[in-house]
Amino acid sequence: MKKAISVGLVAAVALSMAACGSSDTAETTAASDTTAAAGSEAEQAESGADDGMEEFIIGSTGPLTGANASYGTSVKQGEEIAIQEINEAGGVQVGDTTYKLVLNFQDDEAKEDKAVTAFNTLVDDGMNAYVGAVTTGACLAQTDLSYEANILQITPSASAEAVTENPNVFRMCFTDPLQGQMIAQYVIDNGYESVAVLWNNADEYSAGIHDAFVETLEAEDAGLLVADESFATGDVDFNTQLTVIKNSGAKLLFVPAYYGDVAYIVQQAKDAGMDCDFVGSDGWDGVLGQVTDPSVVEGAVFLSPFLATEESAADFVSKYEAAYGATPDQFAADGYDCVYAIKAAMEQAGSIETEALIQAMTEITIDGLTGQVSFDESGEPDKTAKFVQILDGEYTAM
Amino acid sequence: MLTSIMEQLMNGLRTGSIYALIALGYTMVYGIAKMINFAHGDIIMVGAYTLYIGIALLHLPVIAAMLLTAAVCSVLGVLIEKIAYKPLRKAPPLAVLITAIGMSYFLQSVALLIFSSTPIPFKSVINVEAVQVGPVSISGITIVTLAVTTVIMIVLTLFINKTKAGSAMRAVSEDRGAAELMGINVNATISMTFAIGSALAAVAGILYICQYQSLRPTLGALPGIKAFVAAVLGGIGSVPGAMLGGIVLGLIESLSKAYISTELADAIVFGVLVVVLLVKPSGLLGKKTLVKV
Amino acid sequence: MKKISNRQNWFRAAAILLSYAVVTILLKGGLLNRQYTSLLVPIAVNIMLAVSLNLVTGFLGELTLGHAGFMSIGAYTGALISLNFGATEVLPAPVAFGLALICGGLMAGLFGFLIGVPVLRLRGDYLAIVTLAFGEIIKSVINSMEITNGARGLSKIPLYSNYTNYTVVFILMALTVLAVTNLMDSRDGRAITAIRDNDIAAESIGIPISRFKVKAFVISAFFAGVAGVIYAHNVGLLKPGTFDYNKSIEILVIVVLGGMGSIRGSIIAAVILTVLPELLRGTDNLRMLLYAIVLIAMMIFNNSKIKEGLMMNRTFRKLGRKEA
Repeated sequence: MKKAISVGLVAAVALSMAACGSSDTAETTAASDTTAAAGSEAEQAESGADDGMEEFIIGSTGPLTGANASYGTSVKQGEEIAIQEINEAGGVQVGDTTYKLVLNFQDDEAKEDKAVTAFNTLVDDGMNAYVGAVTTGACLAQTDLSYEANILQITPSASAEAVTENPNVFRMCFTDPLQGQMIAQYVIDNGYESVAVLWNNADEYSAGIHDAFVETLEAEDAGLLVADESFATGDVDFNTQLTVIKNSGAKLLFVPAYYGDVAYIVQQAKDAGMDCDFVGSDGWDGVLGQVTDPSVVEGAVFLSPFLATEESAADFVSKYEAAYGATPDQFAADGYDCVYAIKAAMEQAGSIETEALIQAMTEITIDGLTGQVSFDESGEPDKTAKFVQILDGEYTAM
Repeated sequence: MLTSIMEQLMNGLRTGSIYALIALGYTMVYGIAKMINFAHGDIIMVGAYTLYIGIALLHLPVIAAMLLTAAVCSVLGVLIEKIAYKPLRKAPPLAVLITAIGMSYFLQSVALLIFSSTPIPFKSVINVEAVQVGPVSISGITIVTLAVTTVIMIVLTLFINKTKAGSAMRAVSEDRGAAELMGINVNATISMTFAIGSALAAVAGILYICQYQSLRPTLGALPGIKAFVAAVLGGIGSVPGAMLGGIVLGLIESLSKAYISTELADAIVFGVLVVVLLVKPSGLLGKKTLVKV
Repeated sequence: MKKISNRQNWFRAAAILLSYAVVTILLKGGLLNRQYTSLLVPIAVNIMLAVSLNLVTGFLGELTLGHAGFMSIGAYTGALISLNFGATEVLPAPVAFGLALICGGLMAGLFGFLIGVPVLRLRGDYLAIVTLAFGEIIKSVINSMEITNGARGLSKIPLYSNYTNYTVVFILMALTVLAVTNLMDSRDGRAITAIRDNDIAAESIGIPISRFKVKAFVISAFFAGVAGVIYAHNVGLLKPGTFDYNKSIEILVIVVLGGMGSIRGSIIAAVILTVLPELLRGTDNLRMLLYAIVLIAMMIFNNSKIKEGLMMNRTFRKLGRKEA
């Protein structure tokens, strides 16, 4: 009896929550007026919307809750801006039909198992092309599924090499090893003689860049690297590692990490009286919004595909700020570019069949927020990296 | 070499003093109410956000904002106790633990809904010059934290041992039923415990945010767990034990990161806890309790 | 007495066959969409984890917060075996998977033994914190080892136990449930519940407490390891971060919501709590809030006066049945 009542209660709550669940869905995709409510969009896509345009559903997953929520939220908002722009400009013209883009974004909490169900939900909802996942682990769990389901996949920000092994998967960002090599080359070219690295050993992005960086650096001169320290996700106190680095006499500190961690590190380095130069990976973008005193990152150099202060991004940045009250970061820019890549592929292919889209992906060149991008057959982007320096509290292109 | 060891000890003291401060609140609530208040770390988070609202949004003077923070946290602590824990006084400890975990999730999700997941930078409101001791400099905030923790520890010990309300607390901790028969208002005493414990969390929140200068909804979770470990290490229920446990934990963490391995630092910290508990199951300064048959 | 237990076993077998039939019909009939198809294996994994944790928390009455640690040991052991033998085709897939399951379970059981012997001397909250500590130690060590590929984790694990092989997963899940129920119906099981109800009394009538505690702990760890192997071969990717204390708490919540010491409850709660987040897709931030509220409300309800009244009823009926 006790159990029966408990189960009854749980079930009742489940049902009532499911009820609120479906009513809340409508708010989640602000950019598109027709939201994917489970199960019904496939028909909608077939029958077409009222304004004479067919719907093309772009599925996407990323973390909207949990510790990585800010990355997924940025990508989603970038995609929403792009889709709004495209739809307002009359949609995408493919042959004789005009398609209206619809975004269906599912939360994957940056967890592998959730990413699988999130992806499958999108397939159920009749998605035509897929942008995701935001994080590497979640993305790796999906690439075989998207291959098997025969769907074009472009990941905005999953940077591990293995992501693009399947022919249907393309990538918008740099790979981790490539970043590590490029930054190591920068360090060597600028003649630094003693270098320290502080990385997150519980994060694959950080570990991937670190390994390639160290390898490239040591190939040049094994004596360059004087300190190799790490931390774990969630750490907020880096004084111990910074003391070791300070005592190693390093002239340059390389931190391959995201801006949240970086803000702590640069602040504490300043408090500890360190005067070395900083260099960072593309995760540094947004760091100025996270420090209380911009002088702590003055002079720091990092690799970034996107710069919010650049002329070419002004339109996007103002739209983004108006809609969400925040400055877009590289995740938002990558999400935005992914949507435009899909649009370009649709127009190039003259069809929305996956085979044609994949074929078209290798033929297009888009002039995106993250630079001019084309893709090779292995799915990797061909674009130039920009080094950005923080001068007078502003991001400045180098 | 000596200098670097000294510096690392200072780093340990820096984190340890924060752990100690949080652990005081844990141990206080555990000592009287006999429950692990898993939501304690999240009350710290609420404290940090309240200070932010007070200073950055309402433009209150620093002292007023701090008082507001302490008041908000105390009220929140008492409310949580009344709504979520009080109905479970007679329930098995596991049920209370799960409720406390539920409370922790609840506070985090509310903060996520209100403030979103993007971290908010916050400039420290406590500006004390660093002190130079020989070649080693001790940052101002570390000194403030240590001083505050020590003062709180002394006041708390005196309060518990010397005042009438303190005796009532000890009586409730010893035997709730007998205390009630002696005319002690058990509900009021437990409410007071939560009010004080949450005010301590508010102080911890203020110092934490001044030290690390970044607000996020999950900021209380990890220090909460570490401080809990510190409280258990020192002997949960013992006020000086919490302080000792916190500082020992900070020192071990810092030294193992510096001289053994940054990757295994967490494993070493937890390993020390396991060893201490196996050798002395009631923690470093914990009282040994005999179970009557 | 014997007759009743036989009837129970028949009932269990029937329930298992029936649920298998339902799943098969849903799946083969194309009634399940992809989203729910991909939930089948996670449901089974959660059932196994909850039932095995219930053995320690519900029946033995010891609070542990390190179940995800045993799951990760099983998952990594199993994954390494199938990556080295299965994926390289040294062994045929079924053999490799079988070996992975057995080794994963045994390795988790071995660690259960090594950890259980010292820590089971501790009680209540102290045991909880030490098991939590061990869970975090396991995570940290896996994160810093070469063979487990550190933070980048293992990928390209052959998908031996995804939904296409749901029969195998279903059999393993049924075996776990049957093993635990039969253990609890046995003499050993009664000794374990006796320790929970009153360890001093249990010891005084000659039950070797430590031995039974460790036994329950090892068996629980073994099945958590097997569940980990299935998890690894369903997702195809393992990262140490997946198995933190939040995962342990997630499993504990299933057990507590389903009812301590109730296997049927664990199964039902595992199904509901795996499906619920999927039903709530689209509520995003509100989902965790609702989850927290349900958790608190359930706990308060479970210990309220209303519930007490029902408990009394049930106890009476049970007493009546025993006398008859």
